[in-house]
Amino acid sequence: MINFLTFSENLPSNQEISKSQFFSPFIILIQAILSQNKLKLHKQLNKQMQLLRRVYQFGSTKHRFASDITSTNRQKMNLFQAINNALDIELGANPKALLFGEDVKFGGVFRCSQGLNEKYGTDRVFNTPLCEQGIGAFGIGLASVGYTAIAEIQFGDYIFPAFDQIVNEAAKFRYRSGNQFNCGSLTIRSTWGAVGHGALYHSQSPEAYFAHTPGLKVVVPRDPIQAKGLLLASIRDKNPVIFFEPKALYRNAEDEVPLDDYELELSKAEVVQQGKHITLIGYGTSIRVLKEASKLAEKDGVSCEIIDLQTIYPYDGQTLVDSVKKTGRCIITHEAPQTCGMGAELSAFIQEKCFLHLEAPIKRVAGYDTPFPLVHEPIYLPDKFKIYEAIKQSVNY
Amino acid sequence: MKHFMRFSKISKAFKEVPSQYVYQINPIKNFEPIKQFRVIDLEGNLIAKEYNNIPKETLNQIFDLMISIEEMDNILYMSQRQGKISFYMTSFGETATTVGTTAALQPQDFIFPQYREQGSFMWRGFTIEQIVNQCIGNHLDGGKGRQMPVHYGSKDLNIVTVSSPLTTQVPQASGAGYGFRVNGENKIAATWFGEGAASEGDFHSAMNFAQTLKCQTLFLCRNNHYAISTPTDDQFRGDTIAGKAPAYGMRTLKIDGNDLLAVYNGVKYAREEIIKNKEPFFIEFITYRIGDHSTSDHSVLYRSQEEIDSWKSGNNPINRLGLFLKKQGLRQFNDEHDNQIRKDVRNRVIAALKNGSEQQSPSIQDLFTDVYDEVLPHLQDQYTQLREHLTKYKDQYPINKFKGGL
Repeated sequence: MINFLTFSENLPSNQEISKSQFFSPFIILIQAILSQNKLKLHKQLNKQMQLLRRVYQFGSTKHRFASDITSTNRQKMNLFQAINNALDIELGANPKALLFGEDVKFGGVFRCSQGLNEKYGTDRVFNTPLCEQGIGAFGIGLASVGYTAIAEIQFGDYIFPAFDQIVNEAAKFRYRSGNQFNCGSLTIRSTWGAVGHGALYHSQSPEAYFAHTPGLKVVVPRDPIQAKGLLLASIRDKNPVIFFEPKALYRNAEDEVPLDDYELELSKAEVVQQGKHITLIGYGTSIRVLKEASKLAEKDGVSCEIIDLQTIYPYDGQTLVDSVKKTGRCIITHEAPQTCGMGAELSAFIQEKCFLHLEAPIKRVAGYDTPFPLVHEPIYLPDKFKIYEAIKQSVNY
Repeated sequence: MKHFMRFSKISKAFKEVPSQYVYQINPIKNFEPIKQFRVIDLEGNLIAKEYNNIPKETLNQIFDLMISIEEMDNILYMSQRQGKISFYMTSFGETATTVGTTAALQPQDFIFPQYREQGSFMWRGFTIEQIVNQCIGNHLDGGKGRQMPVHYGSKDLNIVTVSSPLTTQVPQASGAGYGFRVNGENKIAATWFGEGAASEGDFHSAMNFAQTLKCQTLFLCRNNHYAISTPTDDQFRGDTIAGKAPAYGMRTLKIDGNDLLAVYNGVKYAREEIIKNKEPFFIEFITYRIGDHSTSDHSVLYRSQEEIDSWKSGNNPINRLGLFLKKQGLRQFNDEHDNQIRKDVRNRVIAALKNGSEQQSPSIQDLFTDVYDEVLPHLQDQYTQLREHLTKYKDQYPINKFKGGL
């Protein structure tokens, strides 16, 4: 079993340590020798070495792209382990950080908080009663008095009792108070998207409801490396952020994730694959689907540019516009229902900015306007064949 | 050994339901209603002598503030009728609860108000000018003219900004109180809400979270008998709101909200208990809304003038405190002095209205600031678009009303 709780014994060379941290083991050593207490000496030294061993940075490194991270200090992790690592880093670095939600204490139903209660104690990593509206409000209250509240909503499908608190309170807290108060240190983590057998209430992608709310930020990562960096950036962002974690990727997505404390910029989209003929835009799980679809299109000689939106709102319009001006064609995909999904917003935005550059209408390949089905899931989802077909139609327009 | 360790870890948090049984069907039908804690009677006579312990200076300051708020509310209500402000909410009949409570709290305690707590704001130092500027929404408003009147807030005074959705502040206070506890702070989160607001789901989640997670939160329910036009009989059953609190495992007090000494002593006691036990406390104040719900309400449409008058003359917090102070010799009552206080307040409110209405509104940029901590690119774009539009159609918009103009 991968022990993702220990950190590297060797600190990276670019690590910054304060003078007091560096000298403290020696000071303790001298104090202990003077007191001639060997047991105390041993204990104190251990404690100080533990502190030094942690990957502690004053201000984590911030990057635009994960590829900018040069650190070789990496470990193979899946998505839930990367999330766990990010939470561990924040809880360790920030004594005012608290993690809470349903079943968080024993490790979480998706293991994201595994080991954290044992490490940080029940005051900081704890179960809440079964009440999403309470979880949202509790988090807002904590954030309004200066705590870093990391609230977990077990399934995005169950975020709606907290909708009033999120939309009417969290999003508007700073604006309505004339910036006297804010709940910027609130982050709501929730699970998201199809999982194969989730049906109506374990598969939803509710990002569009929140993208329509000024004052919020909405983020969806595509893999473990992005997830860790985007989650740390979201937690430290001075605005309330809703962070949706694709549950289908918790175990299935694996990568060599840097162990450092790093953040990836919010409101920046990433071109994950360069291409010439058509721009494919997606986020979360659909990036994998887009890659598969582009392989099919490649056989027909169509070169696809794939963009991961990453931050759903406020989104990085510039990257999208630059790409579509280059390719002249665009497809947007998401699992959420087509009408008024993010595809609708991005289509409107892109056609407004790139009208004269377009060679074909912008097409959305999205879930149908039905509740998320069970047995019909394989034909409901916007899969690689539907996207491939849309690529063909766009190219042949 | 490992299994044993796991079991003992689980059973520490596991709370088995007590094994107590009855062998007959005897449903619980009625709860004995909780009685209201009272110190002075309706004529200001001292009954519970051991609670006559508030310093004379504090009592006089409280009385001064209660009559000042009455005057201010009168003028601002009328100023809405005259079109000087768009909306207002008075607090006639309820100032013993708000002023008395805030006087008994500490300045570092955070207050999460509902909307009728000008008493809380002003006890801590919120000025008449700040109130009027917020109601007008000029550039001097700390809220930058973003909200309707009476939506005050003050970071300096530790009172979180009012928001219109009811009861949303209550579970937020549970969260804040939790933070204070785990950080070992000598602070509580005190939150106001009405008996109507206590019907919202947020009330239940707040109470359950606060007791289960042990939050340093003080719940202050002001039962003024009406939620706009809805009397308590259409709002709930059972023993008012206080009757619900023990079911959450919470310490509870029901207090005669028009008895200033009872309010002050009760809140002082509750605060000490919260800090000592690191657990929440619930207080329900029984009072009466003498005025209309707001300037958009005309309460004689749903209640009789006789009912209003019976509380106004028979159980009025200002009269009861005044009579108590007189009978105890704690205040020199003479017409000249008291009228002077009221006159000064009136003049000050009128001056504030005049000065406030001459001020400009916050700048055009302030439409776009504070949505996030920074003005993000898409908002910059929209601001630029607005500027272009306003420049082109400048005669169609009151541009000079905004500070800094275009």
